[in-house]
Amino acid sequence: MKIPLKYIARNLVTRKLTTGITVAGVALVVFVFSAVLMLAHGVHQTLVATGGTDNVIITRKSSNGEISSIIDGDTQSIILTLPYIAKGANGQPIVSREPVVVINLNKIGDGVSNVTVRGVSEPAFALRPQVKLVEGRMFAFGSRELIVGQAIESRFAGAQIGDVVKFAGDQWKIVGKFEAGKSAFDSELWGDALQLLNAFNRGNSISSMTLKLERPEAFESFQRAFEAEQRLNQFEPKVERKYFEEQSEFLSLFISVLGIFVTVIFSAGATIGATITMYAAVANRTVEIGTLRALGFRRRSVLTAFLLESCLLALVGGTLGLVLSSLLQFFRVSTLNFQSFAELEFSFALSPQVILSSLLFALAMGIIGGFIPAVHAARLKIVNALRGA
Amino acid sequence: MRILRLTIRNAFRHRLRSVLTIAGIAIAVTAFGFLRTVVTAWYSGVEASSANRLITRQAISFIFPLPYADKEQIARLPNVRSVSWANWFGGVYKDKSQFFARMAVDGDTYFDVYPEFQIEPDQLAQFKRERNACIVGADLAQQYGFKLGDIIPLDGDIYPGHWEFVVRGIYRPRDKTIDGTQMLFHWDYLNERIRQESPGRADEVGWYIVKIDDPARSAEVSDHIDALFANSRAETKTETERAFQQGFAQSGNVIIGGINFISFVIVGIIMLVLGNTMIMSARERTREYAVFKTLGFSAKYIATMIFGESLVLSIFGAAFGVPLTIGLVKMFEQFVPKAWFPVFYVEPVTYVLAATAALLVGVAAALFPMQRAMRTPIVEGLRFIG
Amino acid sequence: MQPLIRIEGVSKAYRRDSFDIPVLNKLTLDVAEGEFLALMGPSGSGKTTLLNLVAGIDRPNQGRITVGDTDIAALSETALAKWRATHVGFIFQFYNLIPVLTAYENVELPLLLTPLSKAERRKHVELALGVVGLSDRIYHYPKQLSGGQEQRVAIARAIATDPTLLVADEPTGDLDKQSAEEILTLLDRLNKEFKKTIVMVTHDPRAAERAHTVRHLDKGELI
Repeated sequence: MKIPLKYIARNLVTRKLTTGITVAGVALVVFVFSAVLMLAHGVHQTLVATGGTDNVIITRKSSNGEISSIIDGDTQSIILTLPYIAKGANGQPIVSREPVVVINLNKIGDGVSNVTVRGVSEPAFALRPQVKLVEGRMFAFGSRELIVGQAIESRFAGAQIGDVVKFAGDQWKIVGKFEAGKSAFDSELWGDALQLLNAFNRGNSISSMTLKLERPEAFESFQRAFEAEQRLNQFEPKVERKYFEEQSEFLSLFISVLGIFVTVIFSAGATIGATITMYAAVANRTVEIGTLRALGFRRRSVLTAFLLESCLLALVGGTLGLVLSSLLQFFRVSTLNFQSFAELEFSFALSPQVILSSLLFALAMGIIGGFIPAVHAARLKIVNALRGA
Repeated sequence: MRILRLTIRNAFRHRLRSVLTIAGIAIAVTAFGFLRTVVTAWYSGVEASSANRLITRQAISFIFPLPYADKEQIARLPNVRSVSWANWFGGVYKDKSQFFARMAVDGDTYFDVYPEFQIEPDQLAQFKRERNACIVGADLAQQYGFKLGDIIPLDGDIYPGHWEFVVRGIYRPRDKTIDGTQMLFHWDYLNERIRQESPGRADEVGWYIVKIDDPARSAEVSDHIDALFANSRAETKTETERAFQQGFAQSGNVIIGGINFISFVIVGIIMLVLGNTMIMSARERTREYAVFKTLGFSAKYIATMIFGESLVLSIFGAAFGVPLTIGLVKMFEQFVPKAWFPVFYVEPVTYVLAATAALLVGVAAALFPMQRAMRTPIVEGLRFIG
Repeated sequence: MQPLIRIEGVSKAYRRDSFDIPVLNKLTLDVAEGEFLALMGPSGSGKTTLLNLVAGIDRPNQGRITVGDTDIAALSETALAKWRATHVGFIFQFYNLIPVLTAYENVELPLLLTPLSKAERRKHVELALGVVGLSDRIYHYPKQLSGGQEQRVAIARAIATDPTLLVADEPTGDLDKQSAEEILTLLDRLNKEFKKTIVMVTHDPRAAERAHTVRHLDKGELI
């Protein structure tokens, strides 16, 4: 296309108000689009950060989440006989047997929500090196004490160090705060597994078992050994990271589907805005188009010039929208994750994929919006155009 | 009427542009209506609540059970008409993505306490006679093709093992605000089996539904019930059904907030598209307006014309947007399993809101060009080339 | 000597809402190389249409138009565009400069259709602007120039590719007396000094005076 790019760019700047409005429309749509993608990605990222690749978590097959999974004592013993489980310095397998429940706590401000309470044993900390105590002290095993994840500490009333949470007929004191590398564990309360089992009268029926493999590559072999054991056919092992990733599936999907469904609909609105603007541009420059054609520029060049103008408009809007949504990264959001039935804090996470998708989306709006006016411009007869018709 | 005709003709002067503008507004109105419908669906549980039902559950968490023995104490309280109960079964039907509510309820009282689940007397009687009978909602039956006599197999998680239930009744939701996607079976059957397999967990109830005489006394009765179990191992929290449902709805606050925000963004976009058109068309006609003024028409007259044109476009946009919303909702219903959004319809108030938004936008979009047309001196207008 | 332009039996009619309005009727005309021809006539006489046909921006319904060795009426649209780029220079009544391009960039525009390098283009532009006497305003935008200056830029654009033929449609129509005078002097110079063949449509008798030949049209025919 021989028509110079500066022609295209400068034309955008002449009609400032109209161009500005159209750019704003595209920016708004891309803002929402990218925000939705960032949110879904944020959920995913948080949950992926939760699991390691050399840890295996075992739950009941038909359970939707840890809280509806039950593993009795006998089953636990059978699992421990399987090969490939890593052993600690003391020769004992690195296994954490965890009862997981949710309790109601009041949010700071308004409302109530469910918070995960996880019973852990010593190995839990070896299994999850990302968990670090940042304030107060660790709970004492054998006592009714808890440590609180930073997301819960900051969002819920009565969940600060020194507070007492009343459940299972007893008072539990929060003695420390931990951070867990921006993962799901940040939204949990941890306590002694045995104490929790005892308080809830659950005998030794835990929710999940997490163990460390000798090597991450051993998972397939471990899985085969697991499946070969008939008595374990109601349960399944999963790589910890994958388990938690799947826990985010529904929420991510829900956010993505709803968000994208809506964004695509009203991107049609923004696209129409672009079309209107481009039509006006063509109408205003009819004589100019005739002149260019008279000078010898081909129809194709005219088409391309207007299409590029539309695309440039859309890309400017798209970039603006992205810049705005990237500011969302400073916000952390907390909501109920349906699958785990508990509160989960996550952030808006930007990724190269989100950026690319958003820009392509903007570009699509530009191409679709500008196409028909561009064709219209190219199809003008020279003599008519010169007359301004 | 001449002004009206002139206004409409002017609004469609540039046919293509007007059509595009109307389309843009219609689309935005549709999206707005659809989103509000999603928000409505979210709060449908709250709306369907009955004023004379209270829900009693474990204070510390919904997932912890209450003793069956509590029932007697609650039933003896003054103002309590009847007590029913239910356990959330959960489990899996075929695969984890087939979600619908599966609950074990007290066969004798549940349908009395929930009269909005309407069922044929002989079906109810048959249900009560068989231990492993179940009743499913009409919408659920439609989604999966369940018929009377069908067997529904479930794999339990909270209550492990393989379970089978026979469909003996199909309830009709009283109106479209009621959930018609639930599967209900006998608590007795569940309890019997639990007693055999893990006796420590027998005689446990998920929550109680307490039907009271006088809705005005709900606070009083709630406190009364909670006082009964105040220092026991299973402290209760009793609240009106509405408050209970609201608690659930609140948990999605952030997402709902996000959706509401998007609705505003949409209104913003409508404003931009319409505003863009109005500005352009008013700009093109600068000279024309100047000529009008020389002929003796007042600036106010011209402003009214612009205002009228803007309104015409937004009214048309709303008029197209409303049926499109209905179409979109219907399409969504086709693709998304009913059980995920049991109550999904467009509320009347949504129509009103959408139309109002479009009108307000029509007004707002006209303001700037109106002002400009009024302010531009005649001489300047005549000189305008554009 | 062979005429540069041969118009043979050319007819043209326009379609308006299913009516055929005849504009030119079997017109025949020769234009010699180096000629300065003025076409005059009342409104609707077809003079602008004839100009458009000669310039290759419209096609006749009947007849043949040969410019140099090329039968331009028989060229495809693409070929015609290419032909125009190198053979015709346009001068319009309302200058038709691209408002977002500077004077320099406007003159450079037709050169972008040639295989010349950036440096070569620069030479042509500077030369053209020199001929029209606007070397000191080359980075101005059209709105910063007077009517006369704009028309001179337009003329520079028209001669930048050194075309065979210059067509001018009411070149002085929008100018005051003095500017018109300057433009006509310039056209004169282009014709006498640079040997450009010029076909001009005009209402202005002063412009007609400057041409070699004046032909009148009425109702689509030469009179």
